[in-house]
Amino acid sequence: MKPAAFEYCRPDSLAEALALLSEYGDEAAVLAGGLSLGPLLNMRMARPEVVIDINRLADLARIERDGEVLRLGALVRQADVLASAECQDLVPLLVAALGHVGHYQTRDRGTLAGSAAHADPSAEVPLCLKTLAGAVELTSERQVRRVPADDFFQGTLTTARADDEMITALLWPTDRGRQGFAFEEVSERRGDFAIVAAAAWAERHDYDEGYRYGLGLGGVEEWSLVSRGGGRRAPEDLAEFADEVIAGVTEDIEPMRDQRASAAYRRHLADHLGRKVLLRALETALGEVQS
Amino acid sequence: MMRLPPGQRTRVTCTVNGQAHSGFAESRTLLSDFLRHELHLYGTHVGCEHGVCGACTVVLDGRLARSCATLAVQAEGAEITTVEGLAADEGLEPLRQAFSRHGALQCGFCTPGILASASHFLAARPDPTEAEVRDMLSGHLCRCTGYEGMVRAILEVARETTEGANQ
Amino acid sequence: MGDRADSWVGRAVPRLEDAALLTGNARFIDDLSPLPGIRHVALLRSPHPHARILGIDAEAARAMPGVVGVVTGAELREHLNPLASAVRAPMAYYPIAIDKVRYAGEPVALVAAEDRYLAEDAAEAIEVDYQPLDAVVDPLAALATEAPVLHEEAGGNLVHHRQFAYGDPEAAFAEAAEVVRLAWRYPRQSATPMETYGAIAHFEAAPERYTVWSNFQGPFILQPLMARALGIGGNQLRLIAAAHSGGSFGIKQGLYPYLVLLAAASRLLGCPLKWVEDRLEHLSASSSAADRADEIEAAFDGEGHLTGLRFDNLVNVGAYVRAPEPASVYRMHAAANGCYRVRHIAIQNRLVTTNKLPIGLNRGYGGPQFYFGLERAMDLAARRLAIDPAEIRRRNFLAADGFPYEGPAGAIYDSGDYGKGLEMLLEIADYPTLRARRDAARAEGRLFGIGLAAGVEPSGSNMAYVTLAQTPEEREKAGGRSGGVACASVAMDPSGTVTVHLDSTPAGQGHATVAAQIVADALGLRPEQIQVDTAMDTGSGAWSLASGNYSNRFAAIVVGAIAESAGRIAGKLKAVAAELLEVAADDVELAEGRARIAGVPEQGIALGRVAAATHWHPAGLPDGMAPGLYDTALLNPAVLDAPDGADRVASAVTFGFLCDLVALEVERATGRLRIERYASVHDVGRVLNPIVVEGQVRGGFAHGFGAAMFEELAYDQDGNFLSGSFADYLCPTSADLPPLEFANYETASPQNPFGSKGMGDGSSMLTPVVLANAVADALDLDEVELPLSLDRVWRLANPETDGR
Repeated sequence: MKPAAFEYCRPDSLAEALALLSEYGDEAAVLAGGLSLGPLLNMRMARPEVVIDINRLADLARIERDGEVLRLGALVRQADVLASAECQDLVPLLVAALGHVGHYQTRDRGTLAGSAAHADPSAEVPLCLKTLAGAVELTSERQVRRVPADDFFQGTLTTARADDEMITALLWPTDRGRQGFAFEEVSERRGDFAIVAAAAWAERHDYDEGYRYGLGLGGVEEWSLVSRGGGRRAPEDLAEFADEVIAGVTEDIEPMRDQRASAAYRRHLADHLGRKVLLRALETALGEVQS
Repeated sequence: MMRLPPGQRTRVTCTVNGQAHSGFAESRTLLSDFLRHELHLYGTHVGCEHGVCGACTVVLDGRLARSCATLAVQAEGAEITTVEGLAADEGLEPLRQAFSRHGALQCGFCTPGILASASHFLAARPDPTEAEVRDMLSGHLCRCTGYEGMVRAILEVARETTEGANQ
Repeated sequence: MGDRADSWVGRAVPRLEDAALLTGNARFIDDLSPLPGIRHVALLRSPHPHARILGIDAEAARAMPGVVGVVTGAELREHLNPLASAVRAPMAYYPIAIDKVRYAGEPVALVAAEDRYLAEDAAEAIEVDYQPLDAVVDPLAALATEAPVLHEEAGGNLVHHRQFAYGDPEAAFAEAAEVVRLAWRYPRQSATPMETYGAIAHFEAAPERYTVWSNFQGPFILQPLMARALGIGGNQLRLIAAAHSGGSFGIKQGLYPYLVLLAAASRLLGCPLKWVEDRLEHLSASSSAADRADEIEAAFDGEGHLTGLRFDNLVNVGAYVRAPEPASVYRMHAAANGCYRVRHIAIQNRLVTTNKLPIGLNRGYGGPQFYFGLERAMDLAARRLAIDPAEIRRRNFLAADGFPYEGPAGAIYDSGDYGKGLEMLLEIADYPTLRARRDAARAEGRLFGIGLAAGVEPSGSNMAYVTLAQTPEEREKAGGRSGGVACASVAMDPSGTVTVHLDSTPAGQGHATVAAQIVADALGLRPEQIQVDTAMDTGSGAWSLASGNYSNRFAAIVVGAIAESAGRIAGKLKAVAAELLEVAADDVELAEGRARIAGVPEQGIALGRVAAATHWHPAGLPDGMAPGLYDTALLNPAVLDAPDGADRVASAVTFGFLCDLVALEVERATGRLRIERYASVHDVGRVLNPIVVEGQVRGGFAHGFGAAMFEELAYDQDGNFLSGSFADYLCPTSADLPPLEFANYETASPQNPFGSKGMGDGSSMLTPVVLANAVADALDLDEVELPLSLDRVWRLANPETDGR
């Protein structure tokens, strides 16, 4: 199980990396943590002409706050986020989810951007990014653009990234999920991709009686199912409200079926986990204890 | 920018276990193959070549790496620690002895990678809970032991070290 | 022996193997480069489960830089005979496909190149013209008349069929007060050791011979079979097993066809060849346990006494019957009464070929499948008869004062006290409290279950049990077969230090340590002073057909050979020392590195001096004494007789006992099992080294737990393989395994000087069924199948869902 031959390029600057992407397009593969690309190369399921190793582009490893947004560069490793007090404070939902991503060893090298680029429908990072209405920063020689996660993830292993673009950062809104959040997933073993994962957040406005919430379900269909909303007054019966939200999200879904799980099981888990996390986020943020 | 066309070999120089090493690699040469067959450090074992089993885990510039999912050329100028380097670390002797005492290994094929993870983990988290140890070990597959001996050994060493530091 | 308070045997001696393994100094097959000029092999494998090979074009591959050559099945056929088995159906098994592929992953061509990367490049460049054929993977479907036939010359997919009756099963069922019947599928699983197959083959033209280094672990009954396939005498095929092997659990038996393939290709290509299997190859094409479609009927009287059993075993052997198959279906045959007194047993065995990889040795070897039926039936009967599951087993156990006990199908149970084990288990697990908790949980509508299982662990196989696949008449014609010979050599060199050679090809079980403990006791030394060489070499050491690492034979048989050989060395040392000390040999004892006068410990001489006398001064030895200190023992347990005319056979030397209890809750909302308690009690006879014994129990439990919960080598209906990575074939991790409460007690086996029994398989046999029993109890179900995946358990726990 050895990779097919390719050209290895180790750019010294982002500009060089982008030039290579511009030249080779979909014949190029960007190598960061290597935890998705490495196995694909070894199995010869990925056969790029050029592998662009961005690991020495230190500028991409920054965790920085940009107003209401936390910008996590393309080389920020999962373990970096778990170890960051700032991340814990600003994006607690992401931090909660990362505990479910892979293992101690893989989190030490695996990047968040790599997970976003790979776009597995069960992966936790894309789910959280979408649930929080974050965005992906895509950079090419042509432009820098910020694509909302809602538009970025287009299906199993499919994204809005153009062939000459590189993910240079993930942008995480910091004004949501800090009052109430919850993450749960069901997988066979610890560290496996989820069969179904559920993420939720809720906030009470600090300027009026209003509130907002977000709910995301991963692993059910080819992309995360998301509902976000809010209102001028917090709902009186949170459980009833959660039921309505779930019903809205799971209406008309056609869950995936595979060796691991049937569509019926996924549908059930979507319902069960979704209700659980949403209710917990709402209760924490909106301060009501429901039976 | 470094560029290495397909099929060409280049010299890769790195520090392994505190010593300068160099050898030849193609762009596609896996770090696991480079360590074993080029540098003749056979203590690193290959169990799956798709980054799951953890047998090939080494420390690369302070971070754990699946050497089967890492290219040799990525290691240019890097500092690597393998089981042979850990073996030279007297400070890890209690861990090795605890592994032996608690039956934490049988065939020993997965052990080098587990020692790399365990030593890295204990340095970051000197006083872990059992759940944390089990979580850390879940990144390795062992088919012989049922993991119980490893968990006991790591917890025991952590406890002894922490108690020693507190005295 | 082993009873002395100061003996090494029985103590938790830290393993001598560990230092090398913990420092990266142990050498495994892929670390070896025993000769220059080795080329590296990649195998091109079939992507089709079933297809005719119309042609292979390897010209482009041969022309690629770094490529030494390509060899196809058609080319190799000239140089190979088919690999034989005990099944007589006319079908040829070669280590590479000749004109047809019969499973996805079957080797089609071999490429040798300067390195593995180039070999894989070239393998991709080979063009194979396949004519795909319909495939069948289900054992029942394969029996249908319209099913695709794998081996046309065999006339169908049913390649072995035998029926047996012991006692009077018809009458037992006719008179039964209660008959429970179960039919189920048992999934395909594989032990997946962390080290895959590896081999280096070297052909020499003059004198004509093959040398093969590998991590093959026997049984060496396969050595003459390999020689026959290569068309050579046994002494022209030298097999060398690496000293360290990264786990086997039986699976590395399935390496032998590759040894034949590499040896033949080495001859054709004129260079030594090395092949290291990758994980994808291992999962798709190494070996596995059989999936089965079995049925059991169990007859009981009104008091819950088991009076009759009927087994109907349908074994999916995969694409070929690869020797020693069909042994997996005969491993438990002679002990088909399990740990119970039942005397009337009927067994039907059918083997069917399908488009899956061929089966072979795998931890538990037929045991997990056997106990799944028997122990599910016991639990089910308990429920029907309203008898506690512990009580129904207690009522049926062999009597503690009835050993040795001859089972109805010929097994001779050496020793045991099963009731004692069960009582220990119930006490450890606090059974009454668990039952109360179950009642309380159920009152709250929760799904709480308790599972029990008990069984024997046959160890040290009779090499003849597989001949039950033949009728008594066929056996008569083929000539007598019996036995399970162990070999061990002990040598003391002129400096007085000791080297031991074993034929047990260990793969992590600590044989070197236990051998050193035994020899240290015999010679009055310390274990760490003994060198134990576990690298087996058929060209230079003693070996037998039974040599190898399987059926827990080490603690059952091999220890006896070590003791015998060490005892003879000790006897000679005492005789020589007696001359030097001028006392009778009986008055000499060996202790603390000295030969000394018993009762007068200060009067003695260093062992080195005694040893030197035998090596340096043979003329001074007592009359008639041979020089040197070198001894080889070949030991055959007398109990391992040939099968008789009624198909009864003493299939194994020792019978350990174990019983397991699990209490769990099924989470209705997710199907997740929350294991509250898992306890396991073992009788492995006298314990030789507690570290080793506990390690085997915990490891067997982990295998059994994985098998119960996650593991399945899955195929789709068309024969495509779905479990080609460790992300698809799910082995349990440290975070998945519940705590195991383990205890043991000892009933000494009379079968070897230590009273030890073989062990290591037991937990892998019972863990799957005890978990199934607990889930069945929690959900109040008769039928539960494995693996207990989340989806499956959720559906069972929520029968109102329609499984969309």
